[in-house]
Amino acid sequence: MRDGDFNRARIESMAGAMRRSILDMSYKCGSGVHLGGGLSVVEILAVLYGAVMNFDPSAPADPNRDRFIMSKGHGVLGLYAALAQVGFFSPDLLETFQQNGTDLASLTVMNINLGIESSNGSLGQGLSMAVGIALHARLRGKTFNTYVLLGNGECNEGEVWEAVMSASQFKLDNLIAIVDDNSMQSDGESRGIMDMSSLSRKFDAFGWDTMLVDGHDVSSLYRGIAQRTADGRPKAVIARTVKGKGVSFVENSRDWHHNRLTKSMYEQALAEIGVS
Amino acid sequence: MGSRAVFGAALLELASRRDDIYVLSADLIISSGLDRFSKAYPDRCFNVGIAEQNLIGVAAGMAHDGATVFATSFAPFISMRAGEQIRVNLGCMGLNVKAVGISSGLSIGHFGNSHYGIEDMSVTRSIPNITLLCPADGAEIFKVVFAAADLKGPVYIRLTGGVNNPVVYGCDYEFVIGKSIRLREGDDLTVITNGTMVYQSVKAAEILQGNGISASVVNMHTVKPLDTAAVDEAASRGPVVTVEEHSVIGGLGSAVAERKSTLKNTFPQLFIGLPDSYGKPGDYAYLLEKYGLTGELIAKRIEKFYRGV
Repeated sequence: MRDGDFNRARIESMAGAMRRSILDMSYKCGSGVHLGGGLSVVEILAVLYGAVMNFDPSAPADPNRDRFIMSKGHGVLGLYAALAQVGFFSPDLLETFQQNGTDLASLTVMNINLGIESSNGSLGQGLSMAVGIALHARLRGKTFNTYVLLGNGECNEGEVWEAVMSASQFKLDNLIAIVDDNSMQSDGESRGIMDMSSLSRKFDAFGWDTMLVDGHDVSSLYRGIAQRTADGRPKAVIARTVKGKGVSFVENSRDWHHNRLTKSMYEQALAEIGVS
Repeated sequence: MGSRAVFGAALLELASRRDDIYVLSADLIISSGLDRFSKAYPDRCFNVGIAEQNLIGVAAGMAHDGATVFATSFAPFISMRAGEQIRVNLGCMGLNVKAVGISSGLSIGHFGNSHYGIEDMSVTRSIPNITLLCPADGAEIFKVVFAAADLKGPVYIRLTGGVNNPVVYGCDYEFVIGKSIRLREGDDLTVITNGTMVYQSVKAAEILQGNGISASVVNMHTVKPLDTAAVDEAASRGPVVTVEEHSVIGGLGSAVAERKSTLKNTFPQLFIGLPDSYGKPGDYAYLLEKYGLTGELIAKRIEKFYRGV
C-alpha cells in the first residue's frame, strides 16, 4: 500500500484513458470480447494500479511487489489497459489483443514480465491462490499486500467460499478481495440465475471485514481499499458497479457479456465516453 | 511401515534440510502420516479443512511466491475433485506443487469405490507439464519425495499399498526421475510395472522362472515423462506385460502401449490391471486376489498369454 498517493482527478483521468484503450482493443481485434465485465472493473483497477499498489514495472518480478490476482479473468480488457497505463508494457502491445499467438488473450495467461500474475478464466480459483500468496508472505515476514478481484457471478463457485473460510482461519490481514458486483453474469441478471443476496453479509459471516463502496467512484473505492482493517482479518470490498459502464448500449445488457463491437458501435461508444 | 508413514517420515527429513518446504492437507494430516510433521513444523504445515479445490489453489499461491509445497488428499479427491485446479495451477501455470494422492489403488479396502484410486494416473497423465511418479516401496517413497522436491515444477505422486508394504529394494540404489529400473533380467518377456505391483510382479517372475519362462521386470516408477528407451528395448526383446493397480484405461499400460504402437514388428501387449468397472468393497488382500493382482495370479495370466503368443 502506498502512502498518501491519491489524487482523484489523476485517477479519473487514468480511468478515462483505460476506457478509451478498452474500446480500441475491442474494435481493432475484430472478434467478440468480454466488454461488459471489462468496463465494470475500470475504476477498481485504476485505483489499484494508479494509487494503491506498490510495484515497479521495470522490475516486474520484484519479490516485494504487491500482488494482484485477476480472479475474474474475464475482466482482461480492464487489466491490460491498466498495465499499459502504468508502464508494464507499451500501449502498442494492446494491438495484439486477441490476435493469433498473442500474450494478451481473452482470459489472463500468467506472464510475470507483463505484470500478469496468474492464469485465470476458470472462475473461482483466484482467491485460493491469493490466500496461498498472502499466507506465504506472512510466514516469510514480507510486508506486501495481495489484492484479488472477483466477479459477483464468480461467487457462485464453491471454491470461492472454501478460500474465504481459509483466509480468516489463517488470519490474513494482508489480503484484500474486491468483488466487482455488477449484478449480472453470462446468462443475464444474477438475481434470476443464482441470487447471492448480500455478498458483504456472507463475507462478514466468515469473519472478514467488509466494506460496501460505489465501484465507479474512485474516492469511495480508494477509501474502501486503503482503510486499515482489524488485525488478523482479511478484507472484502464489495464494489457496486454497472456492467458495461460508460457505454449506453452495453450497460446492463446480457448481449454484451461477450460480443463484437462494430465500427458504428465503436464510434458511438467513443462519443459516449467523450472522445471526439 | 505403510506408504503414508514413510511419506511423513520422508517429509520430516526433507523439511529439516530445506526451509522452503511446506505441507498442506485437506483434513487428512493424520491419514497422510503428517502428524509428527505438523507438530515439528507448525508454521510449515497447514490444514485447509475438507476443501480439496482450495487445497490446490493455496498450495499454488505459496508456490507462486517461491515455496515448494506438498499437498495431500486421498487419490480420487485430489486428482478429480481438484482436477481442474491441478490443470490450471500445476498444468497451465506450471507451479511448483507436489500433489500427493494417498491410499491410491485399492489399499483403502472397505471404504469402497468413493475412496479407491483407480483413475488418478489416467487423469493426471493427460495434463501437460506434470511429472507423474509411482514409488514401489518405502525406500522408493523416500527417494521420490526428495527427487520431487529437487525438481522445480509440478509433480503428482501416487502412493499405493497397504499398512505394511513389502520391500522391493533390499539395498540402496540410484533413483532418477524418468529413468526406469530393471529389477530382474529375463529373456522371454518383460513385465513393466510400478507402485506396489512391482513387488507382486517380481514374485510372479520368480514363479514363472520355475515354469520355464524367463521374465524381465522393469520398475517404471515415472509414468511421465515415460522412459521410452526402456519400452523400446523391452518391445525389441519379446512380449510386454504391464501390471498396474489402476484401471487398464489411461494408466501405465496405456502409456507403454502409446509408445509401443509406434514401433515396427512388436508382439501383442498384455494389460494386467483393474477392469473398467466399479466393484464390491473388501479388504486389500481380498481385492488383490479378486482382481488377479497377486504374484501367483499375475504369473498364471502371464503364462497363459505367453504360451498363446
